This record gives sequence, C-alpha cells and structure tokens, in this order.
Amino acid sequence: MATLHTVNKSPFESATFETCLGLAKSGSTILLIEDGIYAATQGTKAAEAINNAEGINFAVLGPDAQARGVDSKLADGIKVVDYDGFVDLVAEHDKVQAWL
Amino acid sequence: MAKKFMYLNRKAPYGSIYALESLEVVLIGAAFEQDVSLAFIGDGVYQLTKGQNTDGVGMKNFSPTYAALGDYDINKIYVEKESLEERGLTLDDLQHLVWEDEDDDWAEKDSIRLVSRAEMADILDEQDVTLSF
Repeated sequence: MATLHTVNKSPFESATFETCLGLAKSGSTILLIEDGIYAATQGTKAAEAINNAEGINFAVLGPDAQARGVDSKLADGIKVVDYDGFVDLVAEHDKVQAWL
Repeated sequence: MAKKFMYLNRKAPYGSIYALESLEVVLIGAAFEQDVSLAFIGDGVYQLTKGQNTDGVGMKNFSPTYAALGDYDINKIYVEKESLEERGLTLDDLQHLVWEDEDDDWAEKDSIRLVSRAEMADILDEQDVTLSF
C-alpha cells in the first residue's frame, strides 16, 4: 500500500527522519513538514540520504521552508508542495502515517 | 557588579516555542544592565537565517527582532562554526547583525562572532549564569 509519511522533526534533533526513511517502502512518499524540512536542505547528511534513496518519493511543504528562510537552499530534485499539494498527496496515497 | 549572562540557543525557530521565548527573555533581561551574550549552536543557528517569510504558515516572523539586539547593547552573538557546517550553511546565509560603538564614533560593527566548538566551550566556561533554550 502506498503510504504518505509526514516527518515534522529536524534530522539533527531527533532520529525520526532516519527511522522513517529506514522503514518506508518503495512507492511511498515522505513529506517533510515543519522542522522536518531541514532534512531537504543542501549540504546535510539527510539530504544525501534522500539523494541515495531509491523508489521513495520526497516532498517538502513550501510554506514551512519559506518560514525558516531555507526555501532557496533545498536540494535539487525535491518536490515542493503547498497546502493544496499536501491535500493532493493525502488523496493520492492509500493512507497517511504521521511520524511525531 | 554585572554578571556574565549567556543565553544558549539550541532549537530551530517555529517548530517549538523555545526560540521566541529565549528572545523575549533576552529583551526583558536587557533592562538589567548585565553583561549579556547569546550563543547559537546546533539547530539554534537556524534562528538567524535571513529571508524568513512566515506569510504562508500564519505565524509571527520574529526574526527581524534579532537585528534590534544591537540597540540594547547586546553585541556578543556567538555562532558555532561546526553547527553551521553540518547544516550546509555559511555566515552568508545568516542575517547581518550589527551594533553601533559609542566609544568609536558610533561606528557600525558586526555582532556575530563565528567561533569553533572549542572556543565556544571556553566562552560558556567563562559565564556566571547560562540560560539554555
């Protein structure tokens, strides 16, 4: 089943992103929101892990990246969505798992 | 006798209330004429990124307030180099914070001091009081 995972913690502050990435199945999507968006910023180990992950889709909630001033620092190839795009992702997947 | 106060900032802004609360306490504390320093380590360095725009999230953008610290004679703002590097950031990604030195014909000077982790350890060691956020 295609799952939409949401991660809202900084990869530097907690292992949430790493754990989610380790358990996410091929075909699923990891949407980074709130402090989770830092995982998608250039030059971080988390962004490298995103780059190396195969079969998993990644997206970032744009307004959260803009709030934190890092929207111009997002790694190449990361999909950026707004709130409507968030809703679309929810609708496109079979279920949502919110990692807290 | 002024004591050395350190406000140690370790959390990213917006995801929790720590960053904003720290800033509030710093501004309140500024009235007590102590020797105040701020340090930004770990995710705390994210508090100082420039270009923050919270229009889309419905929260108050409090980042412009850091630029006012110089007016409160708070001009020792230490940023840890290693923390920036781990996050793919450089000083150029942070706000340019300045203060005016009244003993030097009000010359505008940089408030942010980029220090290594070892230097940060020494700076923290010198403090009389450290408040961690």
